[in-house]
Amino acid sequence: MKIGVLALHGAVIEHIQTLRSIGVEPVAVRLPQDLEGLSGLILPGGESMTMRKLVARWNLREPIMALALSGAPILGTCAGMIVVAKEIAGGEEPVFPLLDVTVERNAFGRQLDSFETELPMPILGDRPVHAIFIRAPIIERVGPGVEVLARLPDQRVVAVRQRNVIAISFHPELAGETRIHRLVATMAAAYAEPHEGAATGNEPWSPGEAR
Amino acid sequence: MTAETSTWATKKGLAQMLKGGVIMDVVTPEHAKIAEDAGACAVMALERVPSDIRAAGGVARMSDPLMIEGIMAAVSIPVMAKARIGHFVEAQVLEALGVDYIDESEVLTPADEVNHIDKHLFKVPFVCGCRNLGEALRRINEGAAMIRTKGEAGTGDIVEAVRHIRTLLSEIRRLQSMREDELFVAAKEMDAPYDLVKQVAAEGKLPVVNFVAGGIAIPADAALAMQLGAEGVFVGSGIFKSENPARTAEAIVQATLHFDNPKIIAEVSKGLGSPMRGIAAVTIPEAERLAVRGW
Repeated sequence: MKIGVLALHGAVIEHIQTLRSIGVEPVAVRLPQDLEGLSGLILPGGESMTMRKLVARWNLREPIMALALSGAPILGTCAGMIVVAKEIAGGEEPVFPLLDVTVERNAFGRQLDSFETELPMPILGDRPVHAIFIRAPIIERVGPGVEVLARLPDQRVVAVRQRNVIAISFHPELAGETRIHRLVATMAAAYAEPHEGAATGNEPWSPGEAR
Repeated sequence: MTAETSTWATKKGLAQMLKGGVIMDVVTPEHAKIAEDAGACAVMALERVPSDIRAAGGVARMSDPLMIEGIMAAVSIPVMAKARIGHFVEAQVLEALGVDYIDESEVLTPADEVNHIDKHLFKVPFVCGCRNLGEALRRINEGAAMIRTKGEAGTGDIVEAVRHIRTLLSEIRRLQSMREDELFVAAKEMDAPYDLVKQVAAEGKLPVVNFVAGGIAIPADAALAMQLGAEGVFVGSGIFKSENPARTAEAIVQATLHFDNPKIIAEVSKGLGSPMRGIAAVTIPEAERLAVRGW
C-alpha cells in the first residue's frame, strides 16, 4: 500500500519520514503519473498560493480530485487544509473543493503569532496532540456532514473530517506525532482492500455529491 | 492548555514550510505581486537588489519601513526583510513591523565587525548566510533558525554559490565519517560549538533548513543548487535584472521543483529573453566581495 505526498514544495520530507516510520511506503507526487497506484494522498504545509499555481501548472487538479472522489483518504495539513476547502474566506477560488467548510488563511496573524500547544483530539485517544501552528488557517464555517475533530479552547475549529477527507491546521509531521498518519494509513488500507479491516467512509462519491 | 508563541519549533518550522521553493528579492509591492504570481514561496523585501547595491556603492541599510509594510500588504506569502550584520536595532524595527523572517545579511553594509545579532532575543526567526559549516553552526548557535549559503550576491555568477554549498555539505559528510572522540578537535578547527558539531555528525544534516543564495540567474542555476543538496533557493538580482522578470521568475520556480528532470528544465528555459548580464565573480576584488562579510 502506497500513500503519496504532494511534493510541489513545503514540508514534504517530514510527511515522507512520518509515513516511513509507520511502515507505509511514501511516494513524492510532482506529476500526474506519480499518482498511479496510490491508496491515499497527503497535502502538506507550505504556501497555498504557491501550491495552487503549481497544481494548475502541472495538471494535477483533475487526477487528485479523481483520487479523492474514488474514496482514497486525503489528509491536508495547514496549507493542505486551505486547498481542500470548498470555500476560502476572501472569495478566492477553491483548489480541490472537497470539504464543505470555509477556511480562513493566516487566521492567527503573521509568523509572530505562530504557536504550539497541547490539543485534545478525541478521535486519536486520550493523549492530546502536540500541535504546532505556523501562520495557520482555521475553519470558520463547518458545513453539514463535516465532523469536528479538534477545537482550540476558544472553540475555533482546527481539525475536521468529511468522509475520506481530513484537514488540520497544525503540523503533526513536525512534532513526531504519528497517530494522524496511522489513521490515514488505516483508511488507505481499507480503500486498497475494501473488504478488509474496520475503517469506513471510503466509499466512492455518488454523482451530485461533488461540486 | 497553554499556547506558547515564537518557539524554536515555530521559528525553524516556517523555514521547513518553504522548502523546495524560491524566495525572491523584491523592492516594491509591484515586484512582490509579480513574485507571488510566479509561484515564489516567500519574498525578501529590500531597498535595492544586490547588483544595484554593488553598482551604487555607499552604505546599504535596512529598507524603508513604509516600503516593507506596502510589500506585506500586497502579498499573502511570508515576507522577509534584511538587517545589517550586528545591527540589532534594525532587527528590532523589522520585528516591530511584523515581518515573518529577518535576514541578517552580508548584502547590507555590516554594522558590527565583531558581533552578530543575538538572535535568541527575538521573537521573529532569522536566516543567516554562511560559506562553510563552521560559519553555519556559529550562526545557529546565535539563534539563526534557517541558513543560506552566501554565494556572491548581485553577480549572476553561480560559481561562489556552488563553492559554498559543496563546502558545507562535504564538511558535514566529513564529520559523519569521524569517530566520536575526533569531533572535539573538529569543533575546535571549525570554530563551532561542540554540541552542534556532534548533532550534525549524528544526523548528517544541519539542524535547520538550508537554502542556496547568491548568483542564481537562470532556471538551470536553481536546479544545479538543488541537485547539489539545497533545500530551496533565494534569487536576488537574477529576476528583476532579467529581460522578462515574470517569465524568468516562473521558470526558476518550475526548475527548482523539477530540479532532477532535465526535460522539464529545458522546456521552462525556452525563450526567456536575456538573463541578467552579471559580472564574473572572479573579477571582483576581495574588498568588494560581499561573502567575506560576517565570520
